[in-house]
Amino acid sequence: MSAIAVGTTLPAQTFRVTRFDLVRYAGASGDFNPIHWSERFATSVGLPDVIAHGMFTMAEAARVVTDWLGDPGLLEEYAVRFTRPVPVPDDDTGSVIEVAGEVTELLEGDRAKVMLTATHGGQKVLGNAWAIVRLP
Amino acid sequence: MGRVYPPTSAYVVGREKVREFATAIGDANPAYHDVSAARALGYADVIAPPTFAFVIAYAGSSQAAMDPELGLDYSRVVHGEQRFAFSRPIVAGDAIVATASIETIRAVAGNDILTTRVDLATEAGEHVATTTTVIVARGTAGEDA
Repeated sequence: MSAIAVGTTLPAQTFRVTRFDLVRYAGASGDFNPIHWSERFATSVGLPDVIAHGMFTMAEAARVVTDWLGDPGLLEEYAVRFTRPVPVPDDDTGSVIEVAGEVTELLEGDRAKVMLTATHGGQKVLGNAWAIVRLP
Repeated sequence: MGRVYPPTSAYVVGREKVREFATAIGDANPAYHDVSAARALGYADVIAPPTFAFVIAYAGSSQAAMDPELGLDYSRVVHGEQRFAFSRPIVAGDAIVATASIETIRAVAGNDILTTRVDLATEAGEHVATTTTVIVARGTAGEDA
């Protein structure tokens, strides 16, 4: 991976999330909060619908970085703010999260800072999302 | 503040659990699934996706969020921010102890904002990762305001 500079873009990806994905993520992560699988409960606490786990969205966004790196162990730091929930309807198509990344800073020790954007329906779902990576 | 909670008992990272988690986030990276691919990268076994650290840290940070002395209404808690800093990736076979501490708690516009830090280390004391979690407990600061 040579010729990485400030402004280098990472291959953007789109991630689809359905109710099936949320149930599977609940089981794998141990986060069984019913806002992620029960529409009855989610709407009772004022949400528009069942919403994706913030950590699911954070995991998907990380893939833009780790797929680019190849070796996910090169990720040193990773941070996000959860700015808006991703509602997931009870249908076969679910919702789509779009993630893009760009190198914004080269750091000493062959490291770089990457800024990420993650949107759903054109609105940001993650704010101030960044990663520090060691370059391969 | 600066309250530190007792370390959890060790969480032993299973190879199949790592694969299950990677599958649940739809990630086919061979380093998460294929032992020989992980070894080719220099790891002893499959490595876990970065956000798997939260699964281990969650038990520790819940200690803080549910601390009755903090008086948060856990049913009204929203995950506001999440950060990870790794010394190395989590590898299947690791036995990891989580030690939670409170970094800050403050009231903003009637909400309590709690920042907890969880240090993940091997039983031998090798630092693996630090997770920082910001949770917002909506309206719980209102009674005091």
